Amino acid sequence: MTLFGKSKYTPLVNKIFKKKDEIVIKKAVSVSAEGEKEVFEPQKTEVKAKCKGCGTEVSKTEAGRYKICPKCGKYFRIGARERIFITADKGSFTEFDANMTAANPLSFPDYETKIAEMQKKTGIKDAVITGRCKIGGCDCVIGAMDSSFIMASMGSVVGEKLARAFEYGAENKLPVVLFAASGGARMQEGIISLMQMTKTSAAAAKLSEAGQLYISVLTDPTTGGVSASFAMLGDIIIAEPKALIGFAGRRVIEGTIKQKLPDDFQTAEFQLAHGFVDMIVKREDMPGRLAEIIKLHYGKGGKEQ
Amino acid sequence: MKAYDKVKIARLATRPTALDYINHCFTGFIELHGDRLFADDKAVVGGLAWLNDIPVTVVGIQKGKDLKENMERNFGQAHPEGYRKALRLMKQAEKFHRPVICFVNTSGAYPGVGAEERGQGEAIARNLFELSRLKTPIISIITGEGGSGGAIALATADRVWMLENSVYAILSPEGFASILWKDGSRAEEAADIMKITAKDLLELGVIEKIIDEVPGGAGEDFEFTANLIKHSLLEELPKLMAFSPEELAENRYKRFRAFGVYSE
Repeated sequence: MTLFGKSKYTPLVNKIFKKKDEIVIKKAVSVSAEGEKEVFEPQKTEVKAKCKGCGTEVSKTEAGRYKICPKCGKYFRIGARERIFITADKGSFTEFDANMTAANPLSFPDYETKIAEMQKKTGIKDAVITGRCKIGGCDCVIGAMDSSFIMASMGSVVGEKLARAFEYGAENKLPVVLFAASGGARMQEGIISLMQMTKTSAAAAKLSEAGQLYISVLTDPTTGGVSASFAMLGDIIIAEPKALIGFAGRRVIEGTIKQKLPDDFQTAEFQLAHGFVDMIVKREDMPGRLAEIIKLHYGKGGKEQ
Repeated sequence: MKAYDKVKIARLATRPTALDYINHCFTGFIELHGDRLFADDKAVVGGLAWLNDIPVTVVGIQKGKDLKENMERNFGQAHPEGYRKALRLMKQAEKFHRPVICFVNTSGAYPGVGAEERGQGEAIARNLFELSRLKTPIISIITGEGGSGGAIALATADRVWMLENSVYAILSPEGFASILWKDGSRAEEAADIMKITAKDLLELGVIEKIIDEVPGGAGEDFEFTANLIKHSLLEELPKLMAFSPEELAENRYKRFRAFGVYSE
């Protein structure tokens, strides 16, 4: 499911390839379902997406680089590649573990088929993209989850890529910036999914013991097992405005207490008021704010490499 | 026996509780209360005791024996203050070089307004973070229901054991069926494919040991199972205590780091 409707192609927002030591982002390349590379032709008639905040039909041009509803200011959910594209300095991103893909630890019926379908639909291998980049000139490890991939549920691939990202930060003395978004556990991986909670939290502890900075950015939605593991463990925790952030699902709580919950329950603003996030930062201000924070820890030029 | 039959036994009202095991396996139990931040969560009990000649810290998730006690214990569903009390006692154990024994029996962390306002997610996450590197031995025993994040918050341990008729899962079979198939009544079927029994989890390497129960469950012959627990603890704790604090933390890290199946 792409934000602006289905196209014949699976868009890769940035197709990334390596040229000697330099990484460049090449735009306008798409991979068709059959895997052939083709030049992406912009659609003649723009597909519009409906804003979940006010219901307005918004075109891609109107939503702009940061995918914001021009009418009510609500953010559209964005994919992992788009997130990295708007956060990392141009051409600075190198992806880690790009080919890691889910296996089926519990031999869960049809899980492989589901994964293959999702990969085809989203153009990514699983629900997180990790790598190394610069933000505002500062070197860091970055990870972004993608809620279009099985609600960015955390299975083995998400857990492993995040654990490696933390370990890379610890070994290379780099800050780690993670954009969390998740509906929680990957049901099809059952208990192995639960184990990823400890695995990622333990890896965050490793980074912390290595004296490195971890900034967790909570985006819509950050819930369930992810909200009860690495996402809540940042030295600094930032949230995007109005993001849904909470542990238990709204319907589960309403079913337990037999009451309707207020609209602002489990929002970013609710978490700020209750002391669980440090600040709410607008999407368009995020890269600048991340760079400011990193510089305060690693010097005004970022980490010297 | 089908997986769901074990779910039923794990949930029996007559299932022995954490305090039953604590009082049987240890002597001189002194209960300690409160998280020093907000409240004393009665769904979590903890304190100091002797395992023969070894001073230990014990923590357990406590269900009630009857409705009145269950109301007090919130049916064994902890709030953030319960997890924070557990963490406080475990950090104290680290300071005084005492091993930690946890008894886990919970359908899950409590899904309520206060729990969310006080950071249920943060409380569980903090336990995972801190327990993953706690420099003292931790053994966790799942004695009934091992319900998801609410259970792993007390089961980030060097050794995780399960009673024969206990279950440990990402979600209840009812919840699982309702999420995946939009039909909570298919719980039995869900239980079969979820791999939640002690035998399944031993095969997956999620636990190290199964502790036997008599037919019908631990409630039918409490002393049989409780004695096995005590015997197992006496056998295993000295082995863990022989490791240096750093080795323990590193081995625990590796234990959890290894979970995951993927291809690349």
